[in-house]
Amino acid sequence: MKMPRFSRKTLCIPYAVFLLFFVVIPMFVILFYAFTDREMHFSFMNFVRFFSDPTKLSTIVYSLVIALITTVVCILVAYPVAYILARSKMKKKFVILMLFVTPMWINFVLRVNAIRELFNWIGILGEANYFNTVFGMVYDFLPFMILPLYTTLQKIDVSLYEASADLGGNAFTAFTRITLPLSMPGIISGVTMVFLPSMTNYVVSDMLGNSKVTIIGKFIYEYFGTDWHMGSMVALVLLIVVFVSSLLSGGFKSEENVRGANL
Amino acid sequence: MKKQIVIKCLKAGFVGLILLLLYAPILLLAVYSFLSTDLIGTAGSFSFEHYTKLFGDPVILGMIGNTLLLALVAATLSTILGTVGALGMYYCKKRIKTALHGISQIPVINAEIVTALALAITFVAVGIGKSYFTLIVGHMVICTPFVVLSVIPKLKQMDNSLYEAALDLGASPAKALFKVVLPQIIPGVISGFMLAITLSLDDYIVTVYTRPSGFETISTYVFNATMKGNAHTAETLSSFWALTTVIFVVIVLFVVISNLTGLRRKEAKNEK
Repeated sequence: MKMPRFSRKTLCIPYAVFLLFFVVIPMFVILFYAFTDREMHFSFMNFVRFFSDPTKLSTIVYSLVIALITTVVCILVAYPVAYILARSKMKKKFVILMLFVTPMWINFVLRVNAIRELFNWIGILGEANYFNTVFGMVYDFLPFMILPLYTTLQKIDVSLYEASADLGGNAFTAFTRITLPLSMPGIISGVTMVFLPSMTNYVVSDMLGNSKVTIIGKFIYEYFGTDWHMGSMVALVLLIVVFVSSLLSGGFKSEENVRGANL
Repeated sequence: MKKQIVIKCLKAGFVGLILLLLYAPILLLAVYSFLSTDLIGTAGSFSFEHYTKLFGDPVILGMIGNTLLLALVAATLSTILGTVGALGMYYCKKRIKTALHGISQIPVINAEIVTALALAITFVAVGIGKSYFTLIVGHMVICTPFVVLSVIPKLKQMDNSLYEAALDLGASPAKALFKVVLPQIIPGVISGFMLAITLSLDDYIVTVYTRPSGFETISTYVFNATMKGNAHTAETLSSFWALTTVIFVVIVLFVVISNLTGLRRKEAKNEK
């Protein structure tokens, strides 16, 4: 009798169990709390209460606007940078790319604190809370936009531009018909990496917005101390937003690893 | 010709300006970390007093130690779990592979605060008090999927017949995995480990929701000190200038050294 052969599939069991206990079950716990009241009875009241509160709704609008402006500014800054670097013939251009990523490895809170000190020195800390928050978010999330854009822009075949010029296209049509459509995956993956944190990362809005700027993530923090059902409801809404947007964008591509580890 | 030079200057100027903005806050702190003042903008003479304060404060040294130890433990466990998991997933049937991969992506694309809240509520609901266990699990949840993401591409590039050959030549499966498979995916494992370290070092939100009481990392300590303030706020804040500078120098050194050794490796390859 031969021993049953060791199956390499079984190696995935520890990770599968880990995911079940610490990723899947917590998601169901949130789902459960979101649809129950304090007596643990099924209820839609969390949604009704939250979305019928005008102050909550106006905060959500502010939060969305902050996230939108942050994302647009990130694109406007990151696109030219990524484009210039991708098309540059410089031999050591990866050094410049590294310069953009290096600050990201300093501890996140220390980085925000550095901006806080800069604002304090200039004298705008506590004066322009919304501007300061958006500036801090752009500062912190910019590399997440530059890296995927650079990766997609670098892949564009140069002969496409030659073909466009041969066929009589000018620089503008080359950009709108070649560069922009082909860099769309980079834009999408950058947007997903910037938009969500700028709605939820309340470290930036607390430290730079002088605690006057409330974003959606801060709601979850506040509810965690008072009402888990409401907190879970807000978390569930964010979860659905993430799920839908990742379905639309076709998911996260591992080759566009945006954290810069592959550099 | 002249127009091209102007365009070139404009491009370099734009990239330079953004880099300047990116480094301005860090350089400001670096300069003031060597001056004997607790307020940026005021004059001071050259001194190491912020550094002596930083390295003489047992509370600050403790939280730096906590941060490093936590990152090391969480990254090591995540790397082992993620590498073994990626290997297993690679050999699974396509359906199971897709399902596991999809679930593994949840913490990657999810907002960190949602992951943190879900974990925290779950722990309380099943009666697990906050401890080092919950803290490390929390960090593993955000780190391990990134390890899996770094290992998978290397598995795809791997030569499958080598494992079979090793078995045919009498190696045990464990030996074949360690001696044949692991060397082929090790670059992915290492970059996954590095990624896990940086994610754990950087984390604020998951730490806050899963840590045992009294446990401080750089992130939580600095956040609390800037937001709430305490008796020694000005002094504490100025020792963060020194801390930021030290971390920045360590990172720059690490980047330069790893690039130099990387270049040498590439040169050695070319010579072959």
